[in-house]
Amino acid sequence: MSAGAIRLENVTLGYERRPAVHHISGVVEAGAGLAVCGPNGAGKSTLLKALAGLLTPLGGRIVYDGLALRDIAYLPQSAEIDHAFPIDVLDFVSMGAMRRIGLFGRVGAAERARIASALAAVGLEGFEDRAIGTLSGGQMQRVLFARLLVEDCPVILLDEPFGAIDARTIDDLVKIIARWREEGRTVIAVLHELDLARRAFPQALLLAREPIFWGATREALSEAHLAQASHMVEAYDREAEECRRDETPHAA
Amino acid sequence: MLHELFIAPFVDYEFMRRALVGAIALSISGCPLGVFLILRRMSLAGDALSHAILPGAALGYLACGLSLPAMTFGGLLAGLAVAVASSAAARWTALREDASLAAFYLVSLALGVALVSLKGSNVDLLHVLFGSVLALDDATLIFLAAIASFTLSALALAYRALALDTFDPLFARRVSPLGEWIPFAFLALVVLNLVAGFHALGTLMAVGIIMLPAASARLWTRDLTGALPLAAAIGAASSYFGLVLSFRTGLAAGPVIILMAGGAYFLSLIFGKTGGVIRLRRPKRHLEG
Repeated sequence: MSAGAIRLENVTLGYERRPAVHHISGVVEAGAGLAVCGPNGAGKSTLLKALAGLLTPLGGRIVYDGLALRDIAYLPQSAEIDHAFPIDVLDFVSMGAMRRIGLFGRVGAAERARIASALAAVGLEGFEDRAIGTLSGGQMQRVLFARLLVEDCPVILLDEPFGAIDARTIDDLVKIIARWREEGRTVIAVLHELDLARRAFPQALLLAREPIFWGATREALSEAHLAQASHMVEAYDREAEECRRDETPHAA
Repeated sequence: MLHELFIAPFVDYEFMRRALVGAIALSISGCPLGVFLILRRMSLAGDALSHAILPGAALGYLACGLSLPAMTFGGLLAGLAVAVASSAAARWTALREDASLAAFYLVSLALGVALVSLKGSNVDLLHVLFGSVLALDDATLIFLAAIASFTLSALALAYRALALDTFDPLFARRVSPLGEWIPFAFLALVVLNLVAGFHALGTLMAVGIIMLPAASARLWTRDLTGALPLAAAIGAASSYFGLVLSFRTGLAAGPVIILMAGGAYFLSLIFGKTGGVIRLRRPKRHLEG
């Protein structure tokens, strides 16, 4: 495993003993572009949360090679941010710099330049003074991407970054993802838009509470695999017995 | 006439000057905290914590009588214990913060009243519940000023961290190992100010001077940096006019100060520039673009 890789070793994730993702193993190499696809309730967001270090696995383990949790930027589904909070776009994007300057440090000239270029990259020059509550859904998503740009992390996790967003904004944001990939960053995104996954991500994980297929995107998202994923049972079995499968962490 | 009404009481009577200084010190440190309590949707948490202080203060009182250090120390301890216990319960159990805070403060309030009844007379109970802003001695006044200075310094230092944690706590926790501790530190500041307010205004009124001006300020500006000094100014003005009114009418000073703050709040509800009824019901003509 190369430096910067993330290895899943027989990982089971879930809440209150109920697994949402069952026995998944595999390696996300440094610089990989991985789309995580699957039906609602397949455990995609749960997997991303675990990769961000926000959820402890019920079984197995996640190994980060030469990565601290602080090296991982995570964009949750945007509903989790309080849009009524009185903060403007410039301050919001500046938050990304705190990874380097800490909670108390000064935003120096270098950081200012980085923030300005991030705003330019997402096409929001001139929006610095706007309160985030006044932004449209697409503009808000651009602001969130600008913050990720400022964060400058080697690993970037995106949870449904293109939900309810128009085609032009998606195009612009996909360009930013492509730029991250060129810079050698690892990008893992939960996507419902399969065309986008095929277009922007060389690898895909098709998830339906259990991994259906993890590999080249074309193959992962083939008709046969998608059909298999759609048969996933969402309801959980009240009488479910304890899982008897091998829980020891082992490489894929 | 105006001089007699608004200035003479403070020139003539030392206890009025002391009351004014104490109340203003409380306002300028407590009100900005109130703004953050509102933004964190913890408006009722201040209330809960102020009740939680009671058993500690009562224990101090039982041990040493009406002594400033004993009651302060006891109150501080009890308030911090409830703040930490409820935050911890919220993080590590299935209960959310509001539910666990309510549970802890109800228990400690019952404990506090039980303790006061063990020994106290009605006069003492009144002092604990409603404070004694007109009888602030040197030690108490210095204590209030020290807490105000400490709170303002802490806010100046941690303003950005606090705003970040209020707005996007997940992000705060990811960018800094200190992020985890911001909510605890903030609650500790609130407890500190409640204990200060408790000496002047009593447990029941202390939270009023923290919350009411803050709620008013939020109706006048959308800007956070503007809301903090505005809230402090409304709190200080309420203190001043409350003392004037109470001097004229003979009403208890603490409640009148809070009533003044309440009056400012009702005016803001109606006339508030960004959130008042008039502005929301009758917006100005829309702009060109």
